[in-house]
Amino acid sequence: MIEGNIIKISGPVVVAENMKGAKMYEVVRVGEHNLIGEIIELIHDRATMQVYEETAGLHVGEKVVSMGSPLSVKLGPGLIRNIYDGIQRPLEDLKAAQGNFIEKGFSADELPLKTWKFTPTVSAGTTISGGMVIGEVPESELVIHKILVPPNVEGKLVDIVPKGEYHIEDDVATVLTTDGEKKLKMYHSWPVRVPRPYVNKFPPAMPLVTGQRVLDTFFPIAKGGTAGIPGGFGTGKTVTQHQLAKWADAEIVVYVGCGERGNEMTQVLNEFPKLKDPRTGKPITERTVLIANTSNMPVAAREASIYTGVTIAEYFRDMGYDVALMADSTSRWAEALREISGRLEEMPGEAGFPAYLSSKLSGFYERSGRVESLCGDSGSISIIGAVSPPGGDFSEPVTQNTLRVVKVFWALDKSLKDQRHFPSINWLTSYSLYLDDVNPWWSKNVSSEWKETRDRAMELLQKENELKEIVQLIGPDALPERERVILLASQIIREDFLQQNAFHEVDSFCSEKKQVAMLKIMMDFYDMAVKLADEGITMLEIREVSGVSKIARLKYIKEEDVDSYIVGIYAELKQGYEKLLENYKGR
Amino acid sequence: MADVQREYSSVREISGPIIIVEGVEGVSYSEVVEITTPDNTKKHGQVLEVDGDVAIIQVFEGTSGTSTSGTRVRFTGRTLHLPVSEDMLGRVFNGMGEPIDDCPEIIPEEERDINGLPINPSAREYPRDFIQTGISAIDGMNTLVRGQKLPIFSGSGMPHNEIAAQITRQAKVLTGEEFGIVFAAMGITYEEANFFKENFKKTGALEKVVMFLNLADDPAIERIITPRVALTAAEYLAFEKGMHLLVILTDMTNYCEALREISAAREEVPGRRGYPGYMYTDLASIYERAGRIEGVKGSITQMPILTMPDDDMNHPIPDLSGYITEGQIIVSRDLQRKGIYPPIDVSPSLSRLMKDGIGKGRTREDHDGLQNQLFGAYAKGKEMRDLVAVVGEDALSELDKRYLTFSEEFEKKFIRQKKDENRSIEETFELGWKLLAMLPEEELKRVDQKYIDKYYPRTKSE
Ligand SMILES: Nc1ncnc2c1ncn2[C@@H]1O[C@H](COP(=O)(O)OP(=O)(O)OP(=O)(O)O)[C@@H](O)[C@H]1O
Ligand SMILES: [Mg+2]
Repeated sequence: MIEGNIIKISGPVVVAENMKGAKMYEVVRVGEHNLIGEIIELIHDRATMQVYEETAGLHVGEKVVSMGSPLSVKLGPGLIRNIYDGIQRPLEDLKAAQGNFIEKGFSADELPLKTWKFTPTVSAGTTISGGMVIGEVPESELVIHKILVPPNVEGKLVDIVPKGEYHIEDDVATVLTTDGEKKLKMYHSWPVRVPRPYVNKFPPAMPLVTGQRVLDTFFPIAKGGTAGIPGGFGTGKTVTQHQLAKWADAEIVVYVGCGERGNEMTQVLNEFPKLKDPRTGKPITERTVLIANTSNMPVAAREASIYTGVTIAEYFRDMGYDVALMADSTSRWAEALREISGRLEEMPGEAGFPAYLSSKLSGFYERSGRVESLCGDSGSISIIGAVSPPGGDFSEPVTQNTLRVVKVFWALDKSLKDQRHFPSINWLTSYSLYLDDVNPWWSKNVSSEWKETRDRAMELLQKENELKEIVQLIGPDALPERERVILLASQIIREDFLQQNAFHEVDSFCSEKKQVAMLKIMMDFYDMAVKLADEGITMLEIREVSGVSKIARLKYIKEEDVDSYIVGIYAELKQGYEKLLENYKGR
Repeated sequence: MADVQREYSSVREISGPIIIVEGVEGVSYSEVVEITTPDNTKKHGQVLEVDGDVAIIQVFEGTSGTSTSGTRVRFTGRTLHLPVSEDMLGRVFNGMGEPIDDCPEIIPEEERDINGLPINPSAREYPRDFIQTGISAIDGMNTLVRGQKLPIFSGSGMPHNEIAAQITRQAKVLTGEEFGIVFAAMGITYEEANFFKENFKKTGALEKVVMFLNLADDPAIERIITPRVALTAAEYLAFEKGMHLLVILTDMTNYCEALREISAAREEVPGRRGYPGYMYTDLASIYERAGRIEGVKGSITQMPILTMPDDDMNHPIPDLSGYITEGQIIVSRDLQRKGIYPPIDVSPSLSRLMKDGIGKGRTREDHDGLQNQLFGAYAKGKEMRDLVAVVGEDALSELDKRYLTFSEEFEKKFIRQKKDENRSIEETFELGWKLLAMLPEEELKRVDQKYIDKYYPRTKSE
């Protein structure tokens, strides 16, 4: 333990002297309130620290003690359903201890001090190595928590407890390592800034299905993939992130509220227990870990929050789970980085951000991926980061650096938002580099026509965009009927497929099957309409056929009624158009 | 540290609102200092940074009159605190929280750090109680709820004060509990402040108002403190005394200017347009003090007012505010030019907490569909206006023309109301349906048929 004295305080940045021997990224306790901090710079015997709690009132001369270990999280049963601040302090415990407001100088047990039903999966005598599973704990209705050997431990299992109830602090196994005997508990610690090891990374092959039509069908993200969602204020970043947390087919969701609103976390806390996962029928809280370091909580802990989140995500990945991590908003993380950097008087780069913004950002997204874990299972982390560009201008550094690393770009658009087209994802500028990777999955599991239908719809939307420019010059009436049919069909795709109301009971989630069926009928309608137009029938006549308006209702039809509803529309459309043709020929 | 010397006259440097003192010992971050100038004027300051034996101090009253010799700086060892008490109700304070109304000193029940503490996110209660402001553009289209932070984005010369005043007079929840008001002025004129004072008098409930006034000729740096003392009082009254409070903060633009001045004086790396890079976090430390707490009776509803420089919504002040608040009410110069009061442009305005505060049992079952339909029809009507400008009205179809008239009528009848007109939510709904009756029933695709059947005034159409 090294003890020094404060010589400088500037907001969350504190400098102490007499710290010779302290190590980079080591945790420190600062001042008489034992504020938690982390060493971020060492020069001779001077240590510069970022402090995770309010520093007002701290004075020069107070002592600083280094704790000998880097900033770490505790990984074990009890993470699920929990809500933590940026440095893994459980907010519920904080509330119980301090009341409704967060005061400084508090530490709490990261994992609840309780017992769990432990079932060993290996027996004494086995040779074990880092990341191996030695037992299981049913943690929630949805999660079997696999007890992992810490990644840096290997040796022979001397003994392991029999099946039974054990307290989180109980030793459950003994390993004989080259350094002698080592006791293992159901949890272990891992430094947040060090990616957890794995055997191999695989290319993505499966989509992370989100139940959001514009995402799944047009710009899919793969399990193990990365997506960036930039947009000005109020364009729908948080709603989209919440939708993913609710409906994505991930086994574990880690949601990081990074420098955003307190009420948004409250909303998650209120809503999630009431929502059932469409695939398992269980409350979605049963698979969720929340990290809330809101905008009014200390900025240094905000900087740490995304690392705390991704380390927890890696831990579940290592058990063989598909994990989805949402970070809302990475811009607030970058701003925390900038504030600390400014206080260190580092050379500012573009827009005042430090030069290492880019490498830190890519280092974070690099912790995503589909891997073969040390236990031989395959697991994945998908990372979806919101970006909040000042003035909604995507040319700023955080957006640009994010776009350089992520494979999916969901571009939120202010003008769509102003028209209340939600989700206001611009279909012309957004992209996904996973289309070909996930196509085999869609063909095999949903429909062989997915990709083709999607590509044709996209083409139509692009065509619409070109036509719109012409319309502005000459008015819609001047267009040939065939092109007016394109405008009609693309309007249907925009309004009845791309738009999806997150707050509508049925529309909020749309299964893969329903997505394909919806888009298919829209494209079939288009094909039919083109044929009629070629026969000389006008777009206005085509539009009036009774089945057409029913396409718009499709999104509100419950999953179980979709098939029969669609059969009905097809029949109606067919009948309507045959009659049109007949009348026309009779004219 | 009792034996440490607490008063120094070793001022090394003075720069703008900042003074730097050297040779100090045991100084704490953020502590308050008392400064005595050579001519014996007292000023207050706060430590922004301590580096070894050097302290950097921001002086709230400005540094004029201070000097590198003969100025004494006394360190108090405490961060800024505000004495609070229920007796603050009905009183007027300056921007530092000192009474200026010639009434007796406040006998404090408590002293509170003006920076407050962050509400634990898991202790919050989601705001859902509808506040009726009596203004249709807000109640009908951008509903405010108790515990929300909903700013008014305005521009110079527009009637944001009148709107805010009307809201403070009329705001009520349907269960009848009343609002207390905490009013914080930052750099507004004496006239403006007086307008509010008279307005509060009119309501006859001055004893439920607390005013903190930093006026245009008051020290600029003090503005950094004003919203914080106001919110400290508000937190005490709301969360200790169970009051429901409306907090008006005006003008946040002046607040941000003060922040920029300090940042420039410290030679920090400037962010967009010279505002400091930490302005988002700083503003959040103010706006996030709105809300509700589970199991606690009171609430803080914030209505910050800000004048957008150049009417530019992308300017850092409205932009960063929009990133923190739960929506925004936008005052439009176009509507004002048309003579419409309140000139609230409902299209870019948004209350993000509306959806959970309206509907059956809160406002009325048809509220969501109705506002959605009004919004859509108004947008369509405005589109027609643009079209008419290009191709002329004759090119419009019969239906298009109806939309066009609808949009005009919507502005004249629904948006426009008198400054003392207090519409009940039912009146707002009735008005909305009446306007929709200008459109054929088949056009109402955004409202559920069952509500059309129930509320669409069929007999009156045509
Ligand atoms: N899919 C959707 N369905 C319906 N409404 C939506 C949808 N997405 C966004 N909205 C509307 O837009 C509002 C703003 O969305 P959201 O809070 O997600 O914005 P944001 O991009 O996170 O903004 P900020 O950067 O300020 O946090 C919501 O309150 C809601 O009214
Ligand atoms: Mg958001």
